[in-house]
Order: sequence, then structure tokens, then C-alpha cells
Amino acid sequence: METTPLLRMEHIGKEYFGNRVLADVSFTLEKGQILGLVGENGAGKSTLMNILFGMPVIGQTGGFEGKVLLDGKEVVFADPLDALDAGIGYVHQEFSLIPGFSATENILLNRESTKYNFLVEVFGDRLETLDRPHMRERAEKAITTLGVDLDPEMIVTEMPVGHRQFTEIAREIDRENMKLLVLDEPTAVLAESEAQVLLQGMKKLAAQGISMIFISHRLQEIMDVCDKILVLRDGRVIQEAKTHETSVRQIAGWMVGRKMEEAAEARPADRIFGEPLLKVEHLWVDMPGETVRDVSFDVRQGEIFGIGGLAGQGKLGIGNGIMGLFPAGGKVFLGEAPIYLNDPRFSLSAGMAFVSEDRRGVGLLLEEPIEWNIVFTAMQTQDAYIRSLLGGLVKWRDDKAIAAASKEYIDALEIKCTSGRQRAVELSGGNQQKVCLAKAFAVKPKLLFVAEPTRGIDVGAKRLVLDTLRRTNREFGTTIVMTSSELEELRSICDRIAIVDEGRISGILPPTAPVEEFGLLMLGTTGNGNGENEADRMVYHNE
Amino acid sequence: MNEKLKGFIEEAGWPRVIIGLFLLSLFVAAPFVQVRVDASISDTLVRFGMNGILVLAMVPMIQSGCGLNFGLPLGIIAGLLGAVTSIQLAFTGMLGFLTALAIAIPLAALFGTAYGLLLNRVKGDEMMIATYVGFSSVAFMCMMWLLLPYTSPTMIWGYGGSGLRTTISVEGYWLHILSDFLSVQVGEYFYIPTGMFIFFGFMCFLMWAFLHTKTGTAMTAVGSNPEFARASGIDVNRMRVVSVVLSTVLASIGIIVYQQSFGFVQLYMGPFYMAFPAVAAILLGGASVHKASMVNVVIGTFLFQGILTMTPSVINSLLQTDMSEVIRIVVSNGMILYALTRKVQVKR
Repeated sequence: METTPLLRMEHIGKEYFGNRVLADVSFTLEKGQILGLVGENGAGKSTLMNILFGMPVIGQTGGFEGKVLLDGKEVVFADPLDALDAGIGYVHQEFSLIPGFSATENILLNRESTKYNFLVEVFGDRLETLDRPHMRERAEKAITTLGVDLDPEMIVTEMPVGHRQFTEIAREIDRENMKLLVLDEPTAVLAESEAQVLLQGMKKLAAQGISMIFISHRLQEIMDVCDKILVLRDGRVIQEAKTHETSVRQIAGWMVGRKMEEAAEARPADRIFGEPLLKVEHLWVDMPGETVRDVSFDVRQGEIFGIGGLAGQGKLGIGNGIMGLFPAGGKVFLGEAPIYLNDPRFSLSAGMAFVSEDRRGVGLLLEEPIEWNIVFTAMQTQDAYIRSLLGGLVKWRDDKAIAAASKEYIDALEIKCTSGRQRAVELSGGNQQKVCLAKAFAVKPKLLFVAEPTRGIDVGAKRLVLDTLRRTNREFGTTIVMTSSELEELRSICDRIAIVDEGRISGILPPTAPVEEFGLLMLGTTGNGNGENEADRMVYHNE
Repeated sequence: MNEKLKGFIEEAGWPRVIIGLFLLSLFVAAPFVQVRVDASISDTLVRFGMNGILVLAMVPMIQSGCGLNFGLPLGIIAGLLGAVTSIQLAFTGMLGFLTALAIAIPLAALFGTAYGLLLNRVKGDEMMIATYVGFSSVAFMCMMWLLLPYTSPTMIWGYGGSGLRTTISVEGYWLHILSDFLSVQVGEYFYIPTGMFIFFGFMCFLMWAFLHTKTGTAMTAVGSNPEFARASGIDVNRMRVVSVVLSTVLASIGIIVYQQSFGFVQLYMGPFYMAFPAVAAILLGGASVHKASMVNVVIGTFLFQGILTMTPSVINSLLQTDMSEVIRIVVSNGMILYALTRKVQVKR
């Protein structure tokens, strides 16, 4: 095609504080095309869209590299309003609707049709009367364009989620010069049937010449509606392909695959494990955003057990639930002893420790010295570093023993700090993570839960953290359950990897399994054991 | 030299340096307007001793993350009940003082527990709720002071024969019982209430020691990051209640120490505004809403009470009129306002 593409992004790159999140991303989008943008969490999808929209966060953190061309002309948006004026609409993952307003009012918010009245003479245009019949007409037109069944007078609070999503999209459609619509996981909250309606609507819009960028984790949907697919991984374009030339399986492989050599390195041929140490039966955890529905698995003594999966599917909930941090139910045994859930103290006393994924929120006492951070849990749960005075009446904090013990951990883990008295907030992310690990080691646990140990830290520190975990496992026989979004990391260190999807384990694989297998489990496209869920997808698949 | 000065200022913080210099200049100016320096210093010291423990009462709740204890009047009421009961029982001297404490402390612990349980239900809005707990408890006690069956003739209204008076003298009971212990009198005007200082120091030591125990450490952690504490197996709510109880108990002790020096038990609206000077003092001392130390208490109390003593007397003499009460109100509330606007910044 020789015509100018509607949107062309050229050599886009972006760094956040020296941390590269996008490098040399280029693609084009023709009028009326639908582009599927896929990638793991953190692959750079959101950053790319933020650049397209001129979100203030981009400018505040030093701008970006490369060019954005709309209709062949270079554009630079200072803020999202400019992008809207230029005809780009954004349908967010979270709803931004006014709950007490009707669908019509939400769709036409701040673009209402108005009529003249005499107050305008005094107070200006802001006091014109709303032209409700005309507004309703416009709303109905937008809704019909989308091809959905939505009552324009319905109040947002009374709508099912699906209808709220339709309202959001209808609002973008109503704009007169709408050329490009970005849909960020619009189907995540929809039931299968609603998603189908939405996908039909999208095709209709495309037929009318509106281009779309569609972000979704449900690959089958991407296959259904998109003309072409852009796969991002670690901020780079891994593959650009025409939809009809590829398959779900192939895309999954592109998404998660990485340098295989590194993963396979230094894996002792056969490791021997003891009896099952941790038994989990039908665990559910009510952790906001990471709900665990029904999970059962065993971890054997001395094993490193990995838990992977996409964000929001519940992998993080497992560790948090067993450690008693969120309401949970089901049965958990450590060795033979049952663990009472919902009681962090009990879980700690039983011999388990936890390195939280929320380092700054849960993992650290930011305002306190490193020493305190390291020894606190051990002190409180095991009376370590405590001197009994007056016949046990007073439990005095033994600052000398604390300093000595934390010095050992600081040296062993190579925590870079001025001294153990330095406040934790002053450390870099990697060193903070090491403090969190030291805290867990100080409890001398039989079983260690580690969640997202390498999130937000640089490559060197990542290596050190993973090596430390491996060493602890080999030298002290500590059994480790590691949760991570980075599949490669899990494959490099774990003995078995469970993949969690929609709150259930969709499969447990050895780390040597082909990367596509993992990808498919993550996307829930195949799996074993979760019946109804599976059935749903099969129906959908056949359509 | 310059480096040293910079280091010192950074350590102490600008507000303290400026207020310290202002206080110093007031002392320097005093002799020129016929205000006796020795009497002024003595006044400052006495007020420092009187208010110290009330300011110290702020520490536990700050450390546990419950914020500034605007509900201080609740503890003060427990102290008042101890004081009037001790007078009713007609115990004099040290026995009377100790009886007042012995009655006040369990009451304060009881009130504190209920107050702490209430604060646990309003996490995030502690200071607002605390203020109203203080105010409403004062209002409630205004009725109770009239109704409680105290009969000692030194305390009840002369005409009706029932109900407690607004101001009750402790003279003849335990006036200056602490202050006069080992006290130093130099000349006519200069006086150091040594006993009161020793007692204040002892209380500070106990607080310091408590913060060095396992429970004290846990309490500090709760204030620093409740989620961390919970993940380490700490019962966050229990720690908060303990801190509120400690704060309330200290307030009850503090008011009795205050009264033995001041000479009067002030009932009814007396405790109403007691929380604000204590809050202002500890903030001036450099505490944040999350962290406070004994040093903050001592420096803050001294600076706040020093300014409060000196400004009215010096300015009064300058203007040659008697408006000391007006100036005192302007200065003390001005400092509270200043200190409360600081609190956000200090937090970091």
C-alpha cells in the first residue's frame, strides 16, 4: 500500500531512571486496521501507550526517543487532551464513569448538546440548557454504531460490568473526529458472551474506518479480531505478524520465550528430595487483585518450587495466604502439623518465613535502621536477640547481639550500606531486597516463601539474589517456594514450576519443558484439572 | 568552625535554633526592662518541670503510629479524680501524693483501654477523634464534678454544701511535695525544684527503657509500618491499645505533678485546653507525627515553656501596661499553630 499509514511510531525508546523499558519500537497502523498488542506484564505495552498519549509521566521522567507520526505528520502531545483533540481515544482498564449519571450523560460528558436560554446573556455559555432529546439521539447513535444492547437512560451504578465497558467505548465513539481507539484489556471484566458482542462491535467500527490498538491477554480474541499482531518483550518488538499467518501457540512462545541457554545452565542432573514438607489442599485466598480460588499442591523437602503466571491471576495470593496476611481457607500442612491460617504469628512460629512482593509496603521498616529490619521478625517470634532482666520480667533488646548478627548478614549478602544503623529507606532497591532476604534468613525457616524477589532491581543484583536463594537451598536445605512474574527466572532456579491462571493451578511443569507450554498454561488456553473453566474456553475456541 | 556550626544547625533543625535564639534574646533584653533574670530563669525551670511529664505522655502514641494524643484531657481527668479522692481521704504529705497516684493510675489504665479500643476503629483519623474524646470527656466530667459524692469541706461549694469547686487548693495536703525535695533556693528569687526534675527524669528513663524492650520495639515497628509488624506476627491493635494506655497513664501522673507545683487542682474546664501546649511542645522539640524521642520532649518543653514565661513579662514591661494574659494567649496559640503547620514537613 502506498497511502500514508494512519499511525506510525518510529524507533520509540524510553528509560525510567536509567532503567530501559522500551528500545527501538517501530510499527505502523493503517486506516481501519486492528492491531493486537501482546506481551507479558512489564513488557512495555503501557509505556508505549503512555507515549502515544503524551501522558505527563513520560515528560516528567525525561521524555522519550523516536517519533510519533499521525497521518504522516509528526505529533508531540503535551498531555492526553491534545491526543483526544487529534482523534485518539483511550478506553482504560479501570472505568472512569460517573456512577450516578445515566449512560447518555456519561457518553456525552462535557460535549453535551445545548440550547440557548436567557441566563446565557448574564453568565455566559456555561449556563445553556441541556438539549436532552438530542443528547439521547447522539448516545443512541453511538450505541448502535457499537452494535450493543444498552439502555441510554440506565444509571451507571445499576449496570452490569459489561454495560459499563460499552458505555466507556461509546463515549469515545461519539467524538466526531475519532480516528484511532486504544482498548486496554477491555474484555478482562466481561463474560464470554459480552466479550463476543464487543468484538463484533470492534469489527464494525473498523469497517467504518476507525483504527484500533487492542491490548489483551486473551490470545484467542486477538486472533479473532486483529489484522496484525505486535509482540513486545522486555521493551523490544519480538515479532510483528499478520494474524492469519500465525497461531496462538506461536504467539505464546514469542511472548515468554527468552534466551534458552541461560536458563538451562548449571542444573545438576538429578536432585534428590525428601518427603513432602508442605501440603496445600483446596486453598483459597481473598487477596484483592490476586484472588486464589482453589489450589492444591505438594512441595518436597529441599525443593525449590516455582509459582508463575500473569499478574492478577492469583499467584501472589498463595504465599500471602499461607503466611496469614490475607483471609484464607482450605488445608495447609507443614510436615504433619496443620497450619492455622489467618494468623501470621502461627505461620512464622511453625517455621515458615516470607519475603513479600510489596517490599516497601510490607517488607521493610523504611524509617528504621537496617539492623532492626533484619532481626525484627526473629526477635518478636523467637525471642532471639533478647536479654531477660529481672528474672524474665523485662525482655531487654540486646543491641550488641543485633549489631553483630546483622553485620554477618550484611557481609554475607553484600548489602551496600554505610553501617547497620543506616535507615532502610536510603538503600537502593536491590540492597533493600537483600535486607528483606536477610530478615527471612534470620528466622532460620524450614520453608521460605519468596515473592517477586527480583522485581524492580538491576541485573547484577538480580543475579546475586537468585544465587543467594540457590545457595541457601543447597547449603542449609531450606525448602523454597518462589513466586515470580519472570518465567525465565523461575526456569533458571526452580525444580518444578506451577502456573496459576484465574486462581487455579493450570499445570505443573519441569523447568525444562518447552517455553510454549508455559505460555499456553499462563493464557489458560490449555491445561489440566480445572473443568468448567476449561469448558468455557473450549466453546469459545470453536466459534 | 563554619562547618561545625552548619552541622549543629542541621542536627538541631532550624526551628529550634531560631526559637532558641529568640528565647536567649528575651533573657538578654530582660534586665533592660526591669525584669529580673534570675526570677525568669527560675520560673522557666518550674514550668518546665510542671509540664514535662504531660509532654512525655505524647511519646508512646506517636511511636505506635496513633499520632499526637489530643485526647490528653482523658488522662488528666483520671489524675484529677486521683487528686480529689486523695484530698477527700485527707491524706497529707507524701502519703497523699502517692495515694493520688495510686488511684489515678488504674483509672487512667481503664480509660486508656476504652480510648485505645475506640482509636483502633478509626485508623487514619486518630487525631480528630482524639480531640473530641478529650473535649467530650471534659464536658461529661463537668456534670460529674457536681454530682460525685465528695464531702471534704476544703473542696465543695460553700453555699450549697455539695459539688466540687472549680479550683481546689492542695495547700496543707501535698503542695510542693516533689518540688521541695532537695530544692535549691538562692537569694530571694532563684529556686530550683530538684525533686520534680528527678521525678521527671525518672519517668523519662522508664519511657526510654520501655522503648528498649521487646514490646517497646514492637510498638515502634507498628508505628513505622503496621503492615510489616503484622507480617512479623505482631498484634497491631493490641500494641496500639498498650500505647494509648501508657499515654493516658502518663497524663494522669503528669497532672498530679503539675498540681503539686502549681498548688491548685483545676476542675471543670481546666483540662479542656491542656493537650495543645503539650502537642506544641513536642512538635517544637523536633518530633514528627511518627517519631519522638526523650530529647524532643526535653528540648521542646524547655523552649515552649521558656517562651511562654518570658514573652509576656518582657513585652509587658516594654509596653508598660498589664496585658500579660492577652500576650500569653497570643504567644501560646501562635506557637501551637506554628508547631502544627510544621508537623507535615518534619515527617519527610
